[in-house]
Amino acid sequence: MSTLTAQPLSPQPLAPELPANHYLNESHGLKSWLLTTDHKRIALLYMASITLMFAIGGIFAMLMRLELLTPPADLVSDDTYNKLFTMHGIIMVWFFLIPSIPTTLGNFLVPMMIGAKDLAFPKLNLMSWYLFNIGAVVTIYAILSGGVDGGWTFYTPLSTGYLNSHVVAAATGIFIAGFSSILTGLNFIVTTHRMRAPGMTWKRLPLFMWSNYATSVILVLATPVLAITLALVAVERLLHFGIFNPALGGDPVLFQHLFWFYSHPAVYIMILPAMGVISELISTFSRKRPFGYAYIAGSSIAIAAFGFVVWAHHMFVAGISVYAALVFSLMSYAVSLPSAVKVFNWTATLYKGSISYRTPLLYALGFLGLFTVGGMTGLFLAALGLDVHIHDTYFVVAHFHYIMVGGTIMAYLGGIHYWWPKISGRMYPEVWGRLSALLIFVGFNLTFFPQFILGYLGMPRRYHAYPPEFQVWHVLSTAGASILGVGYLLPLIYLTWSYKNSPVAGPNPWGASGLEWQTQSPPITHNFVTTPIVTREAYDYTGIPAPALAVRSEEEASTYVS
Amino acid sequence: MSHSAGHAPGSAVAELDNHLEMQFDDAEQQKETSSFGMWVFLVTEVMFFGGLFMAYLVYRSQYPQAFAIGSSQLNFKLGTANTVVLIFSSLTMALAVRAAQLGQKKALVWLLIATMILGAAFLGFKGIEYHEHILEGHVPGANFRYDTPGVSFAVAKEVVLFNILYFCMTGLHAFHMIVGLGLMLWLVIKAQKGAFTPAYNTPVELIGLYWHFVDLVWIYLYPLLYLIDRYHK
Repeated sequence: MSTLTAQPLSPQPLAPELPANHYLNESHGLKSWLLTTDHKRIALLYMASITLMFAIGGIFAMLMRLELLTPPADLVSDDTYNKLFTMHGIIMVWFFLIPSIPTTLGNFLVPMMIGAKDLAFPKLNLMSWYLFNIGAVVTIYAILSGGVDGGWTFYTPLSTGYLNSHVVAAATGIFIAGFSSILTGLNFIVTTHRMRAPGMTWKRLPLFMWSNYATSVILVLATPVLAITLALVAVERLLHFGIFNPALGGDPVLFQHLFWFYSHPAVYIMILPAMGVISELISTFSRKRPFGYAYIAGSSIAIAAFGFVVWAHHMFVAGISVYAALVFSLMSYAVSLPSAVKVFNWTATLYKGSISYRTPLLYALGFLGLFTVGGMTGLFLAALGLDVHIHDTYFVVAHFHYIMVGGTIMAYLGGIHYWWPKISGRMYPEVWGRLSALLIFVGFNLTFFPQFILGYLGMPRRYHAYPPEFQVWHVLSTAGASILGVGYLLPLIYLTWSYKNSPVAGPNPWGASGLEWQTQSPPITHNFVTTPIVTREAYDYTGIPAPALAVRSEEEASTYVS
Repeated sequence: MSHSAGHAPGSAVAELDNHLEMQFDDAEQQKETSSFGMWVFLVTEVMFFGGLFMAYLVYRSQYPQAFAIGSSQLNFKLGTANTVVLIFSSLTMALAVRAAQLGQKKALVWLLIATMILGAAFLGFKGIEYHEHILEGHVPGANFRYDTPGVSFAVAKEVVLFNILYFCMTGLHAFHMIVGLGLMLWLVIKAQKGAFTPAYNTPVELIGLYWHFVDLVWIYLYPLLYLIDRYHK
């Protein structure tokens, strides 16, 4: 039906009604969810799984921040603290941040944005959710049966010969969850190539699609290397081999190379989809085609490509050759170029845009600030001399939290708010949304900015006790973490509440241009009544009415606070 | 982009639509998509084996003498025979795909069975080799002998690394062979029921691709494990 895109939907009535049939009420009962192959339902299943894992990882973080409130060890022992930071890292990296945006927003949106009925392989998509959960259960078993220590990085020979915790179980959990990543990446790549609606050329793809595509390439190329590396760690530990043990002729630095060959690109697995979300939010809420569309799209691919040749910047003090260190330092500087291209283009998109400061845009602006700080401090760490001073300190901890938590979670929550009307059919409460965005931004900076200072002053990471002169920074950080915790809890509560109680959104409450907004909210199981034929460029706002809801947002919002 | 216009009427199209999943517009798009998916999967397999090849590369350049000793302790004849067996199994698999495309049901079933027999023969020979390693005391962590004449204790410790990699690489390869045999058993049952026709034979083609990939891994493993010290002999 070419009219779908050629003539956008007419302005909405002020009180639209939920459609009679949609993917949420198409069938009922637990079985209809556990055996679903609908990409939208699988997205929601993933959302439930990763929210649970985020809560577990968050509890570990809160315990650590409580311990660090005072200089001596008082709340937990050194052994327990080692387990806390290890399990916090494992859960947050592999069971929240890596799957966060691709498996939820990606699963929900990739087919809709290109006008397809589903992903290329819907059953594989369901299988990947099951693999994820099996991996999560095995990892939780490792936690409940006594925990893991030694750090999320599994450095050998510490992990294979010296730890008395459940290393093999945790590695098995990550190994299994890795295959869920691989299948998701494979599905997205094939879908992007083969499932686009007529007229949806590569140059018309939304920028979220470009960044998800780049992410999928990394998932598919890097994750298998992690899988084989963890398998070798398990073999070495179980059979007392010396693959990575220098006492038996093995090379521990080889382990680090193999591990970071995955784990550095993994950071781009976390941040690239976030960048895709930000591109969508900034365009919609300034009602402008993104400045330099081709450059934003191309920089996603460039980041994925550069991301594969910077891994050894984690190993500057591990005894690699000075020439290797020089090259990896240079390449790490180079990866900042495409990142900067994105930041400047987003800023230029906002310039003279018709801006409405709705919750998703507040999250996007927060992302811009946090990502810029995280990115700039990354350049400090890429510098060979300075890295020797701040390696393994809180400076590193603060840097990667600014990117992975500040960047990715801001974008994830911004995206959840933005697409919530599409997912649930209803609006989120605006005032609460703005409050949560503000709390998270303030709480995040209060938690992690002091850690830059701590690190620069010489506080090493992974210690549960510290000299008294560091206490003031740790108190600030713990105070910030409490605010951050409230900020993360709020959306969980009000979004759940809004699912039944908020005003109905209608198909396109933002006046956005993407194909996903050209169908009803919530969509039918096959997304579109007939396959759309795309005749417009992406982000072409001509003829799309300005959002009706924005006009009444203040009065709508005021009903929720009273 | 593979959304072609409507199909021409005919019995072949009607038959195709029985296999058409709802997310696709037509059989051609479905087939191209499935085959592309298999190629991407094989890329992930290359990376999976790649970690082991990387470890091999590093340790062989670090310990060339130990790797030569380890290599010369392998059963060269059985390894070579297995290479020939596996190349022939790739031939029968390629012929099976052709038989499926031509709709020759009987030939398809027999060629798949021939491929399975060759695959099983490979695993049998591999089993004999593993048995020899156990008898000769070459299994790391179990009964590895550090007192081979002419090999110092220090070098013997490095030979262990070769043997660990040998078992990891051939073990992972053998695991892929077993998975392939299981998939082919499923194909034989389906083919016997007449599931594959000239219009619909994608599973045969995809599992064929997988089998060729597993063969190709061995084509690299064979020289790296068996041949590196042969020029002395």
